[in-house]
Amino acid sequence: MSASSNINWNRRNVLQAAMGLAAAGGLAACGGNNGRGGGSGSGTALTQYFHAYGEAGTEQAIKRYAAAYKKADVSTNWITGNNFESALFAALLTKKAPDVFEFHPQLQLVKSGQVADLTDLIDPVKDDFNPNDIKSHTVDGKIYGIRMIDDPQFFYYRKSMFEKAKVEVPTTLDELIEAAAKLTTGKVKGAFLGNDFTAIQNVIIWSAGADTINEKNEIAYHTDGVVEGLKKLRQLFTSGNVLLDAPTDFWDPSSLNQGLCAMQWGGMWSMPAMQQALGDDLGIFPFPKIGSAGKQSVYNGGWSIFVNAKGKNVEAAKEYVKWLWIDQKQYQEDWATSYGFHIPPRTSIAESATKLKSGLPAEGVKLFTDYGHFDNIAYDQTMQTAFAEVISSSVRKNGNPEAALDTCDKKVNVELKKLFG
Amino acid sequence: MSTTTTRGVAQPAPAKASPARPRRGLRGNATVNFWLFTGPFLIGLVIFVFVPIFWSIWLSFFDARYTVTPSKFVGFDNYTQILTNSEFPDSLLTFTVFAAFIVPTTWALSLGLALLVNRLRFMRAFFRSVFFLPTAVSYVAAALIWKMSIFSGVRFGLMNTVLGWFGVDNIAYLANPSPPWYWLVIVTLRLWIQAGFYMILFLAALQNIPAELYEAAAIDGAKPGWQTFRYITLPQLRATSTAVILLLLIAAYQAFDEFFNIIGQKATWAQTPLMELYKTALGTSQDYGAGSAGAVILSLLICLVTLIQGKFMGFGRGEDSK
Repeated sequence: MSASSNINWNRRNVLQAAMGLAAAGGLAACGGNNGRGGGSGSGTALTQYFHAYGEAGTEQAIKRYAAAYKKADVSTNWITGNNFESALFAALLTKKAPDVFEFHPQLQLVKSGQVADLTDLIDPVKDDFNPNDIKSHTVDGKIYGIRMIDDPQFFYYRKSMFEKAKVEVPTTLDELIEAAAKLTTGKVKGAFLGNDFTAIQNVIIWSAGADTINEKNEIAYHTDGVVEGLKKLRQLFTSGNVLLDAPTDFWDPSSLNQGLCAMQWGGMWSMPAMQQALGDDLGIFPFPKIGSAGKQSVYNGGWSIFVNAKGKNVEAAKEYVKWLWIDQKQYQEDWATSYGFHIPPRTSIAESATKLKSGLPAEGVKLFTDYGHFDNIAYDQTMQTAFAEVISSSVRKNGNPEAALDTCDKKVNVELKKLFG
Repeated sequence: MSTTTTRGVAQPAPAKASPARPRRGLRGNATVNFWLFTGPFLIGLVIFVFVPIFWSIWLSFFDARYTVTPSKFVGFDNYTQILTNSEFPDSLLTFTVFAAFIVPTTWALSLGLALLVNRLRFMRAFFRSVFFLPTAVSYVAAALIWKMSIFSGVRFGLMNTVLGWFGVDNIAYLANPSPPWYWLVIVTLRLWIQAGFYMILFLAALQNIPAELYEAAAIDGAKPGWQTFRYITLPQLRATSTAVILLLLIAAYQAFDEFFNIIGQKATWAQTPLMELYKTALGTSQDYGAGSAGAVILSLLICLVTLIQGKFMGFGRGEDSK
């Protein structure tokens, strides 16, 4: 064999070896667990999906809990960006679907058989859960998810700025508009309600004395009070006194912490970060009432854990979910209070959580109790998107609120018909 | 000397024509080589393009909520739904207007850049690279820079900082649709990121125009500059222009990344057709039937627009075939 041939042979071999390694690497990657919880488990392999929380330490915490579970090898897919929903829904259609995932209670998940019945897990401790959390996960007497955290959302404000501008805490939307005007200076905007105003889309319904859909599963948001609220929000939006296009949205405390605004709509999860940045110069209040029939309101959002009913390991997944979100109360308290602040849905944990017993966190819990509204499992994502378009059209784009609500009604009725016939 | 004689002398003997190295293995088998090189791509094409297309067409006639393997046939209901009870028709209209603006603008800008760079006598490679480099940036990364850094609505956004020097108040470029500053953000981004690519196409075409044409035109009295450009350069670029416009049209209707990241899904303006379909199929509704119906409509529309463009501009016909 010539020298030349030798070189060719070696090159080929090198190439083959490289391709082999690449293929092996690829296969290894396919079989590998992204974000493995720790690998201490044995036997069944489970996958859980979580969206990326904003508070530092949450990803490590959820993986730490998973690693402590010995009966299965639980890996965590921690999905960053704003496409958790799409990634989850797409994955649920495939063989790589997660066994366990977090989401909000949604009737279509139940109707389409995507989530498993967890009644037998919750029944023994049902009385220890916030009844509203049980109600929001119940369909025809069966409970389809376990609430992990309750997240009240309200206004945060800078007390010093209010004192300087001689502004009282607003209790009506008119007062909020006036306060925003008085608080606006060259560098500080009066209020921040999120970049697209959709963060407050549910509370303007409740604050106007209406509801999303009623007990008979009919539209309940299309009222004169809501129309009035939309018009007033348009007034606020165009006043020049609200912060718009902030680098981060309402869920992040930066806008208030950096002095871009005097009051900001946000979740209780932001409280530790705000307290750290602003100390005692921080207060909270519910969304003001709209019109004479209205009342102040707080949105009790949150996240729940579900088991994929079409997964390969439903029983093992249920066992894991029971272990973590029913039995391991120390993890549940850690998850709710060690990073951002959330209210534990278990009454016994909420009552013993010392971090929530005094000061501003205790005020948050009180607002949650006094003014809170919970998710309605039948008011699904499609309906919420339809109402988000009402905000977009009538508040941000100066469309007619009545016309926007009429359009929304059509979409919601189609959805209601699909869900309830 | 006759050519025959020359050929006879010059041609080597058949035995000597064979290379010293023997043909081995696959090198001699053209058919195997063909399949070896094209096979993987064909398999990919079938799996990732043709199967989804046909699956999508099939899904569009079924009630496919929360499933891609439905069983309930609904005829044209999904088409009716997507055309009457969704924002999809509005998005098609918006993006026809968007295409009508962005296509000629990008065409003119990329041609202008190509002419400019082609005439450069120094630092030519540098300027070509400068204009081409944005093509390598992902739309997502660029969109986030545009949104959070340059056109952020707060006082420390780049544009607002500059405007602040002249006493102009902060502008919310994206949250507030009136006036529609969001188009400024999107159009500048799109021009920045894609003009360089089309500039390269025009540059290649410019360099293929024979110098003799310009010499002949000069002899015939054509003035350099606009006259030469109008009667020599532009007609010679016809085939490239047609291809560029076609690519730009398709890209305009397929716009997604920058709109998704800049405007977001919670607006009723500047929602691209693909964003609407994304929302329908993968977003909140998980309605793969209606989403597929929209995808079929969009595909047909793109085909139609392409055929119309081909009819008017003569797609595939260069100067030589006229």
